[in-house]
Amino acid sequence: MSTHQASFVRASMIEASPAPALDTGIMLWLRKNLFATPKDTVLTIISLLILAWLVPPAINWLFIDAAWTGGGRGVCATLAQGGTQPEGWSGACWAFVNAKFGQFIFGRYPLEERWRPALVGILFVLFLVPMLIPKIPYKGLNAVLLLVVLPIIATILLPGGWLGLPYVETPLWGGLMVTLALSFVGIAVSLPLGILLALGRRSNMPVIKMLCTVFIEVVRGVPLITVLFMASVMLPLFLPQGVTFDKFLRALIGVSLFASAYMAEVVRGGLQAIPKGQYEGADSLGLSYWQKMNLIVLPQALKLVIPGIVNTFIGLFKDTSLVSIIGMFDLLGIVRLNFTDTNWASAVTPLTGLIFAGFVFWLFCFGMSRYSGFMERVLDRSQR
Amino acid sequence: MAIGVTNAPEKSKSSGSIINDPQVRGIFYQAVTIIILAVLVYWIADNTVENLRRANIASGYGFLNSRAGFDVGQSLIAFTSDSSYGRALVVGFVNTLLVAITGIVTATIIGFLVGIGRLSHNWIIAKLSLTYVEVFRNIPPLLVIFFWYSGVLAILPQARDALALPFDIFVSNRGVAFPRPIFGEGAEYALLAFLVAIAASVFFARYARKRQEATGQRLPVLWTVLGLIIGLPLVTFVAAGAPLTFDLPVAGKFNLTGGSVVGPEFMSLFLALSFYTAAFIAEIVRAGIRGVSKGQTEAAHALGIRPRLTTRLVIVPQAMRIIIPPLTSQYLNLTKNSSLAVAVGYADLVAVGGTILNQTGQSIEVVSIWLIVYLSLSLATSLFMNWYNARMALVER
Repeated sequence: MSTHQASFVRASMIEASPAPALDTGIMLWLRKNLFATPKDTVLTIISLLILAWLVPPAINWLFIDAAWTGGGRGVCATLAQGGTQPEGWSGACWAFVNAKFGQFIFGRYPLEERWRPALVGILFVLFLVPMLIPKIPYKGLNAVLLLVVLPIIATILLPGGWLGLPYVETPLWGGLMVTLALSFVGIAVSLPLGILLALGRRSNMPVIKMLCTVFIEVVRGVPLITVLFMASVMLPLFLPQGVTFDKFLRALIGVSLFASAYMAEVVRGGLQAIPKGQYEGADSLGLSYWQKMNLIVLPQALKLVIPGIVNTFIGLFKDTSLVSIIGMFDLLGIVRLNFTDTNWASAVTPLTGLIFAGFVFWLFCFGMSRYSGFMERVLDRSQR
Repeated sequence: MAIGVTNAPEKSKSSGSIINDPQVRGIFYQAVTIIILAVLVYWIADNTVENLRRANIASGYGFLNSRAGFDVGQSLIAFTSDSSYGRALVVGFVNTLLVAITGIVTATIIGFLVGIGRLSHNWIIAKLSLTYVEVFRNIPPLLVIFFWYSGVLAILPQARDALALPFDIFVSNRGVAFPRPIFGEGAEYALLAFLVAIAASVFFARYARKRQEATGQRLPVLWTVLGLIIGLPLVTFVAAGAPLTFDLPVAGKFNLTGGSVVGPEFMSLFLALSFYTAAFIAEIVRAGIRGVSKGQTEAAHALGIRPRLTTRLVIVPQAMRIIIPPLTSQYLNLTKNSSLAVAVGYADLVAVGGTILNQTGQSIEVVSIWLIVYLSLSLATSLFMNWYNARMALVER
């Protein structure tokens, strides 16, 4: 049979012909993602037009027309405004950020003492980075360094006044340093306090439960600015004559208490999500209340609510900018303070300064949210 | 069971000591808490009374009736510097509500558009929406307020060479000036017609629903209602002789005269709160739509329901169930964030209260008013939420 050959039967497979040009590579992608339907096409064209209208001027303003170097407002002002730029010029005044960079980071901290916050900052990064990388061992020691040793070093170094270090009062602190210090302490205080409040709200003891609930609901119901006003105006009233609190400390207390109420609700969500069998299992093993919580419930509950916790951290970080309203100079406050510097005042200075501050805030918040996503994936894998 | 789970509360008897009884311990801890708290409150109250006496500040709310002596920049109700502190606080509260309500409306519109945009199959729309969310979510709202206030609005041209937009709208560093409508005789009939149209729409919607349940036929509810609510007042208005004139803003030598002016304080606060909250609303909307399982869409299509109707009748109602609770808390957040007005000098409740606090030193009273107002707002919101959740809860058999 095999010898019989019909001329119309192919002996070999035909070569696969390439897909139509419109169905491969970039054309396929364009067709699927940008021009799938007439409506899509219209939307795409409109968005492209808007982008073409917005982006080139923005890049021009930010980079090409920007004044990068210079010693005063002259480089950022037009001839009519008393500067050197041609008429109709508008661009970012990065020279201003460049000249004030030290202030934006350290506030009005004395120049010759700036090595102190810089050292604390370097230690902070040194202790924080290994803490954030899951593979690096000795997490316990690392946590002690970050949460016990670092705050002690910071409280010795930053204000000074002993060990031969000149005293630097807190009104001179400012810039990113204050923002970071407030956030660090706020985060370090609000997490444990929030956990305690959440446990208290789920407690069997009616008095404890009521107190925690009232605290959480009252703090969550009012804006942070009123809490800060309370901390700065009412706290002195509550204390005996002669006892004064540092303004920085008052802001710290206000921010920490505020964040802990939000943290408590996040943690409570996690506690409620743990099945009852876990609680009962711990009870049946004869564990005490704190053993049950520390060993069984909290590790599971906290893992569940990591996104919520990090969101609260991000909120806290953004909220620290509000202390500029009660007269402290955090990053935003010090940037705004420098708008009034006659040496640099120009039409574009405020916008440049705010874009810089916004970029710094954005970098930190975006980093935190990305890290939280990464942690979620790591923990999720370990569960399986 | 064999190991002995006893239901009887006699387990503490075996240990013998009363110290180990959890109930006794609980009572002891609570008693200690109460005592510590009472001592603390007494100490604080004592200090406060002493401090107030030394500063010669009379406590109580009597100061609310005395003359304020300051002016507020923008107020919807009549206010002069001769008005009382109490009235100033009311003005502040109205201003808070004004910026909160306008902000909520705008933020909802932007937020829904961006949230739906993030789910778009169109790559460029999805990426643009993502960029919007990631940018605005990660920048403090206060900074956005200053961005508008001292970055954008402050460098707009002076009032005498204000930017002229269509419809006689002028934009300058004094704010946005637009024509103020002045209603003449007969305009109240249009308002009346509007109310009648709303009532008629409600009746029509009910009738249409009943008819659909009885016969399965759908009436064009949306178009009828739109026609009623827009058309009826319009017809009445024209029939009454269109009694409407405009007070147009005119660019003068130093300032714009006439028309209504919205100050840069309100504009910057309003824009910042809208854009900031919209980023969060967008994420809520996205999560809500993603939360409706794909099977619902497929089942609707299998039943032969057209795509647009599927969205309206199947997806949206279920997505709203997920969206509304976090959405209300975002509305509350926006209202609370409106207290950032104090930073740009927009006279909201906190800003007015802060001024009064500085003038009179009545810090406890002013702070208590703040607390009461904001707590009532959040209480009202959570009551609404509970009502909504109870109404919307899935009825499972």
